[in-house]
Amino acid sequence: MLIRKLLIANRGEIAVRIIRAAKELGIRTVQVHSAADADSLAVRMADEAVNIGPPSAAKSYLNIPAILQAAASTGADAVHPGYGFLAENADFADAVVAAGMVWVGPSGDAIRVMGDKVAARIAAESAGVPVVPGSDGRIDDLAQARAVALAIGFPVMIKAAAGGGGRGIRIAHDMAEFDRLMPQASAEAKAAFGDGGLYMEKVIERARHIEVQILGDGARAVHFFERECSLQRRRQKVWEEAPSATLPQPMREKLCASAVALAEAVGYRGAGTLEYLYDDATGHFYFIEMNTRIQVEHPVTEMITGVDLVREMLRIAGGAPLRYRQEDISLKGHAIEVRICAEDPARNFQPGPGTIEALTVPGGAGVRFDTMLYQGYTVPPFYDSLLGKLIVWDEDRASAITRMQRALEELHITGLPTTKPLHQLLARDRQVAVADFHTRWLEPWLQENAHRLGTEETTE
Amino acid sequence: MAKQILSPLPGTFYRKPSPDQPAFKSVGDAVAVGDVIGLIEVMKSFNEVVADQAGIITGFPTDDEEPVMAGQPLVELE
Repeated sequence: MLIRKLLIANRGEIAVRIIRAAKELGIRTVQVHSAADADSLAVRMADEAVNIGPPSAAKSYLNIPAILQAAASTGADAVHPGYGFLAENADFADAVVAAGMVWVGPSGDAIRVMGDKVAARIAAESAGVPVVPGSDGRIDDLAQARAVALAIGFPVMIKAAAGGGGRGIRIAHDMAEFDRLMPQASAEAKAAFGDGGLYMEKVIERARHIEVQILGDGARAVHFFERECSLQRRRQKVWEEAPSATLPQPMREKLCASAVALAEAVGYRGAGTLEYLYDDATGHFYFIEMNTRIQVEHPVTEMITGVDLVREMLRIAGGAPLRYRQEDISLKGHAIEVRICAEDPARNFQPGPGTIEALTVPGGAGVRFDTMLYQGYTVPPFYDSLLGKLIVWDEDRASAITRMQRALEELHITGLPTTKPLHQLLARDRQVAVADFHTRWLEPWLQENAHRLGTEETTE
Repeated sequence: MAKQILSPLPGTFYRKPSPDQPAFKSVGDAVAVGDVIGLIEVMKSFNEVVADQAGIITGFPTDDEEPVMAGQPLVELE
């Protein structure tokens, strides 16, 4: 089925990104929006726009009946969910298909399997993908759980099977603590998720976050190499790059092959990312989860492979087979993305919505800025703080960092605080220069460097 | 004129600490300077709204979970 009119069930920079890909394929676009987003760039760029509710996301971007109604009234024949909001809501995916439209993403059932941490872990193991040592599935009783804890070694993480986003996680450092935390964890999981099911994993203390981008057409899958996103604050990625600077080539091949094996084992259709922890001291990697959507940091992969992932998602959703064989995809150079957010790094990242007084977008060779900003735009306070993503590509990592420094210097946003000063410091940091970091590196670095994170531009 | 507590920030006003808990304050309650009267969510970050005036609450001109502008009245006191 060919897509003729695409509804974008999202907002911000990713909505703009999707509209651009749709335009290049000759697909008309319908942008749904809340009352707070009537002036957004995505609304201005789309062929049609429909107001689906008040500012609160629960009443607009998460309002499934209102979105389906907008699709019906405009005659849209496909829905792209972007990331966040309803992107990994299996019931929404099913409802879109039940309404006779194309869902740009994997089936509701694939989202369900990968969204259940225990089921995803079992699927990974059976496809031969290494997982973090832990309980094989849910824990049935305390005696079995204690035996598993002894076998994998402390510290262990107790996680809610239905949890996510860091919720429902407890860490036990010894058996006494374990005995105390288990009943609490079960009661909390029952209260929070309506499901008291738990599973356990070993705590990997020092690891890098490495993820593999895949595309599948339901029959076949290919990978687009890996990204490294080890620089994180409160489990949120801050700086992302492709490829990983430290992954040895044989390990890269193994990791990417394992991702393809898992995607093909579940008949995956669309874009997806398999996230791993990589312990570079031991050379072990462990599958943690699969994200069944396009990710914020997808542009770094596009820069090193030359493939437009969002356009390919639309082609596959429209019924086309995968256009690439694995050997068609090659890795060239190095790309880095930094997230420019409306937050003040000098004031503990306090968010600061406001009106863009002036905007200078960096340019030149190897520079891309994905954003929804324009001069005079008022960034509403109701959604996340991402203003844009500055992405650079160069022949090697050192040159890419130099280019990032140059691009950051060109970027000027006035009217609200941004995280630009943080990225300028990171781009000049010696440890960042040699990629000597792990997922818990940035937070202590931020404490040490707090006095240097003063905003460069005054907001008054 | 009645006293008012104004929103310090633009965002979404919440009268409860979480959806399944009772409101911080209700009409008829006494408020002392420094009491938390609600939360303002700004870009997924929650900020406490602290009373800068004391009195007895006579009304909430902004409803729970409604969008607010900075400077908009949240609580009326006498």
